[in-house]
Amino acid sequence: MSWWLPRQASTFGPAIDGLFIAILIITGIAFVIVEVGLVWFAIKYRGRPGRKAFYTHGVTKAEVIWTAIPAVTVVALGLVSNHYWVEMKGRNSVPPDAMPIGVHVKQFEWSFMHPGPDGQLGTADDIKLRNQLHILLNRPVVVHLEAEDVIHSFFVPEFRVKQDAVPGMHISAWFQATDTGEYEIGCAELCGMGHYKMRARVFVHTPEAFQAWMTQQATPTEATP
Amino acid sequence: MTSVAAHAPAHGVHHGPTSFWRKYIFSTDHKIIGIQFLFVSLFFLLVGGLLAMQIRWQLGFPGKPMPGGGILPESMTAGGVILPEYYITLVTMHGTFMVFFAIMPLLVGVYANFLIPLKVGAHDMAFPRINMASFWLALTAGLIMFAGFFVPEGAARAGWTMYAPLSARPDLSGSNIGQKLWCLSIIFLGLSSILGSLNYITTVINNRAPGMTWFRMPLSVWALFITAILGLLALPVLSGAAIMLLFDQTLGTHFFDPAAGGQALLWQHLFWFFGHPEVYILILPAMGMVSDIIANGSRKPIFGYHSMVFAIVGIAFLGWMVWGHHMFMSGMNPMLGSTFMVSTMLIAVPSAIKVFNWMGTMWRGNIRFHVPMLNAIGFVGMFAIGGLSGVFMAATPVDMFIHDTYFIVAHLHYVLFGGSLFALFGAITYWYPKMFGKVMNERWGKIHFWLTMVFYNLVFFPMHIIGMGGQMRRLYDPTIYTFLKPQQPMNEFISICAFILFAVQIIFALNFLLNLKWGKKAPQNPWEDNGLEWTLPNPAPHGNWERPPNVYRGPYEFASPQVPEDYLPQTRKLPTDREPAAAGTGH
Repeated sequence: MSWWLPRQASTFGPAIDGLFIAILIITGIAFVIVEVGLVWFAIKYRGRPGRKAFYTHGVTKAEVIWTAIPAVTVVALGLVSNHYWVEMKGRNSVPPDAMPIGVHVKQFEWSFMHPGPDGQLGTADDIKLRNQLHILLNRPVVVHLEAEDVIHSFFVPEFRVKQDAVPGMHISAWFQATDTGEYEIGCAELCGMGHYKMRARVFVHTPEAFQAWMTQQATPTEATP
Repeated sequence: MTSVAAHAPAHGVHHGPTSFWRKYIFSTDHKIIGIQFLFVSLFFLLVGGLLAMQIRWQLGFPGKPMPGGGILPESMTAGGVILPEYYITLVTMHGTFMVFFAIMPLLVGVYANFLIPLKVGAHDMAFPRINMASFWLALTAGLIMFAGFFVPEGAARAGWTMYAPLSARPDLSGSNIGQKLWCLSIIFLGLSSILGSLNYITTVINNRAPGMTWFRMPLSVWALFITAILGLLALPVLSGAAIMLLFDQTLGTHFFDPAAGGQALLWQHLFWFFGHPEVYILILPAMGMVSDIIANGSRKPIFGYHSMVFAIVGIAFLGWMVWGHHMFMSGMNPMLGSTFMVSTMLIAVPSAIKVFNWMGTMWRGNIRFHVPMLNAIGFVGMFAIGGLSGVFMAATPVDMFIHDTYFIVAHLHYVLFGGSLFALFGAITYWYPKMFGKVMNERWGKIHFWLTMVFYNLVFFPMHIIGMGGQMRRLYDPTIYTFLKPQQPMNEFISICAFILFAVQIIFALNFLLNLKWGKKAPQNPWEDNGLEWTLPNPAPHGNWERPPNVYRGPYEFASPQVPEDYLPQTRKLPTDREPAAAGTGH
């Protein structure tokens, strides 16, 4: 098994993983200070008979230092995080050239409405697939999430993207895949007893492969019952 | 139990009741009520633990028949194998029992009741009968919740957070009566908490002994006082939300059902507006009691008493402004994500102050490693991990990946088990002599501490790793996903360690139960502490004090140069001390 984050396959990967590592380093330092400090003090100041502890009610200077340093650190962390947050989830963050995908989700399946050759959603050539999403490499995608019954959550670990789909709300989320291949889509919000098997797949195609896929879809071979 | 009358000095007005029923069952004595809460919530802690074991069986060995699973009815298991719907019940009820019926009553029901009057020098709670009502309402709530296991379709199935519309619609969750019982139980629990909180707040404000000024109160009392304020303001929100949910389920209202014009996110806002203060209800009392124990164990005054008080107040205040961080991925306006991130980050500051002040207290101390002290140090070490892992989730972009994965499961267990429960092991051992007049076994206490510390970390630390691997919460069978399959050996490892961790708790249970009868008799002040409670016999009589004691100083005067001993009780009058002004109202 991997002891680290899954591989990166979207433009969000480097930013999120970088932030993760930054926080890991900062909290790692605090972790070492606290745990080593506790053990060290426990050993060094272990009780010995005939001795009394140092009588003090505190050292203001020390307290100011260990209040100020965490305060400055977390505020800085918040500002940096917010920069990326606005880029990823802000109301105006969806790139204008993003390919729109309609996602209709219910207990316990996903259905993905792809724009057909005309590139528009809501037209006659739309391609609807159950538990399968096909997207283009290096092209932003915006998923318009609509839940039919309960709350579900769209999650692709390799893309580092997650967004709840809430009944009664229209929620959009965007991402851009940077690596071809097949990935799993999971449901990250408890949605009932079939929650665990709400698994779908996303295929990231090169432009040629995507074209081939679309041509194949457009051919009216399947006689749906 | 030793006869109270044998120890008690002749009472003026406070005659204790003599019949068994009035004395131990329908008691108005805050100490007996605290002990009642203790037994009941330890029972529910066991229930929550047993549910956790079943969860771990399924996650470690999905699809394999659970040992003993055959005795469960067909609605839960098939041939001993846990069914998906029962698995959801398990995670729902594990969270519900642990949060509402184990940790919260253990911290607040037990110790706010038991400690506040003893530590501020009061005869009892301000409203003893309301106090009794609070216990019986809590017990009723617990029994209603427990009854869920015995109704058709089983107990509630929407997660302990009860997200609507899943929780509001029996056709979608598959649980009908169970969901309603959950709401009903929470309404009773809310009532109980409101009555309890009112009592704690009033007692602290009105019934302090002469000389017990605000800044001479132990940090445990400060923490319990602030917690009571949180409880008084937060629980009505939860009860109100539960009433609305119950109406949705029974009367055909549609508060949370968007199909009929309701708002799904309204539930989350209401739940977390209660739920985040609740997180602090579950940790502040632990912090307070740990502060008392660490000062005692270090034989040194608490480091930065005033900033500790302000940190408690700060945490409680900020705790009202961070609920949205549970909802970063919920679809609420992303602008709110930014503001809630900042307030959440800020709450790290008072938490850091507390951790460093505990370390400062140990610095240049003369540390006694009694069992409560070991558990208190364990609390600081584990709470620090839980606090630090919270920073990952607070950073919204990182949360986009780790939200609703096992990373958060690891985080919350570091705070609630590594934090609250270690503090409780310490607190139970520390005040056991005061409750029962006996002491718990020191050697077995230490064995229990070390084994728990090791296996606790082996269970919960790897959850960070599988969370980083992307494993979602509440999955009946993670191996359905190809990307989670390689992590299965780790899940198995966690499960085996969890079974051992559970078994280790038998040591604690036996140490607790057997010493009730066969324990060594406790000395008057077994930990050589300064608190008011240790001036009374063990166990203390009904009514506590004949006359309220006079208080001359704060509770942490260890190693004082004024006396040769290394402790100086709050009630000991030195020649330089002046008599405190007469008591306030309320006695």
